[in-house]
Amino acid sequence: MKIQHTIMIILLASVAFAQKYSGDEILDKVDEGMTAQTKIFVAKMIVHGRRGSRTIESKSWVQGTEKSFTEYLAPAREKGTKMLKLGDQLWTYSPQTDRIIKIAGHILRQSLMGSDLSYEDMMEDPHLNHIYTAQVTGEEMIADRPCWVLQLTAKTSHVAYHTRKIWVDKERFIILREYRFAKSGKLLKTTDITDVFQVDGRWYPKRILFKDQLRKGKGTEFILESIKFNSAIPSYLFSKATLRK
Amino acid sequence: MIIPKLALKNLLGAGLRTWLNVVVLSFSFVAIIWTQGLYEGMNKQASTAMIDSEFGGGQYWQENYDPYDPLSIQESHSKPPAVLQELIAEGVATPVLIVQGTIYPEGRFMPVLLKGIDPAQKIVDIPAQFLKSESEELPALIGADMASTTDLKIGDYVTIRWRDADGAFDADDARIVQIMNTQVQDIDKGQIWLPLDRLQKMAGMQNEATLIIVEKNFKNPIKVTGWTFKNLDFLLQDIRQLVKSKSAGSSILYVLLLFLAMIAIFDTQVLSIFRRRKEIGTLIALGMTRGKVIQLFTFEGALHGVLAAGVAALYGLPLLVYTAQKGWALPQSTKGYGFSLGSTLFPSYSFALIVGTTLLVMITVTIVSFLPTRKIAKLKPTDALRGKIT
Repeated sequence: MKIQHTIMIILLASVAFAQKYSGDEILDKVDEGMTAQTKIFVAKMIVHGRRGSRTIESKSWVQGTEKSFTEYLAPAREKGTKMLKLGDQLWTYSPQTDRIIKIAGHILRQSLMGSDLSYEDMMEDPHLNHIYTAQVTGEEMIADRPCWVLQLTAKTSHVAYHTRKIWVDKERFIILREYRFAKSGKLLKTTDITDVFQVDGRWYPKRILFKDQLRKGKGTEFILESIKFNSAIPSYLFSKATLRK
Repeated sequence: MIIPKLALKNLLGAGLRTWLNVVVLSFSFVAIIWTQGLYEGMNKQASTAMIDSEFGGGQYWQENYDPYDPLSIQESHSKPPAVLQELIAEGVATPVLIVQGTIYPEGRFMPVLLKGIDPAQKIVDIPAQFLKSESEELPALIGADMASTTDLKIGDYVTIRWRDADGAFDADDARIVQIMNTQVQDIDKGQIWLPLDRLQKMAGMQNEATLIIVEKNFKNPIKVTGWTFKNLDFLLQDIRQLVKSKSAGSSILYVLLLFLAMIAIFDTQVLSIFRRRKEIGTLIALGMTRGKVIQLFTFEGALHGVLAAGVAALYGLPLLVYTAQKGWALPQSTKGYGFSLGSTLFPSYSFALIVGTTLLVMITVTIVSFLPTRKIAKLKPTDALRGKIT
């Protein structure tokens, strides 16, 4: 009787908690945690290929959702490669050729340094609530964390992934798993956040595993070494001239 | 009539020296005709294959379409205007829609062009009839080169991913229904052919096309707003320029051979005039004008060309006929060059090529034979009789 009572209380509490937030509100909270005025971070990308794994280190400066600048630090063959995103345009600079190349058209679909991410994945609007409407479809445990399962449907037809399914940590409002689907419903990409950390009071992903579900392989790991929010970034950094410096 | 007779007698009298010159000159004959025949064959073969399988009688291109600019393909589609739709309905033209996509053969990532074609079309030589399907399954047709690159076989399934007109990702599995053997790389490499209506639906481009191929011998193309007609001169200009540049490059070989032969003939002429100065003096003393003597020596030299043509015909003709009939097997590595040639190249020896080559050699030999004889014009018969030459 006592156990039944406890279960009842837990169920009621969780229903009340779920009712407290609608899908869109959860999405707002997720966006709030993920976006900032500026972000400066150092990251490692481990690409698990057929012939072994490669680790690529980079430092990025991000301002809002429109501007970002990334410089690759290691390995030696990628060192000095830079990438600049301004709005919906993307350029890369390679020190070997000393040339700035605009990434556009079909090249956007190509893999970013052999990883499971494409250039166009980088171009996406990180504010999910701008482009999707969300609906809570259930609750599940991910890595011992209670999560809401949200079904995201694109608000307009001009969105790369028509539907997504995300698992949001109920307490920390951070996405722990994400599935991206084609219009036909075919699963295209998955993201698993295997480690999180707290910076300036917000929870942020530390270790992410990206996997292109249509490709063979073990996916690409993205490890955030350090991150600073809302630090000043000089405006000259977001210019094509900086790519050659 | 005395000059030709005398010239031939003198020439044959020179023995081995004459035959050496003739043989070297005959090499030039054969080399020029053979290499030019190869390039003419290459041009003909590639043009015919491209007209049959890709260009038809010309193409209407959507105004944004530029095959050399992959960035423009995404915007190169629209509904054909009524005039072109009439041509399509009459069976005079067939539309093709091009969409960029990605395939994942065996889990590998490969960018491709998805091309939609009407399975009932009869304008180009593409086995589109295999794309007829009543089932939900998406049928796909690929070329042999694409099949070998992707290791796909008939009956295999491959996942295709593309973006629709609004930029949203979509994906589906297609079944390979046929592998076509084509020598035209432009319809094979990196391409997957799908039923037009299915691709239009998949990409959200209902009734749209990127280009419209018209039937062979299509006359009087009409001007259509938003679409540009590209005739065969335009569509084949790349292959023609390529053959032209290859042909120019190879001309070094026969220019060298011709040069060697000309030096030999020039030397022979100079030596003849020097050794036969007493004969020249005697001929002039007997009443032959200097002009006639020049004619005699020039004719002697030019006869090298005639004899060379005969010798070249003796061994060259069977060789050229054999290669024209059996063709010349091309190495595997030429597949990647982008030529629409297939595995065997058949040379083409046109009448114009043979006559042109003969004229070129004859004129060159005559000029080279004439040059040393100018000395005779300044010759005094008395000096010549004494064996003097200045």
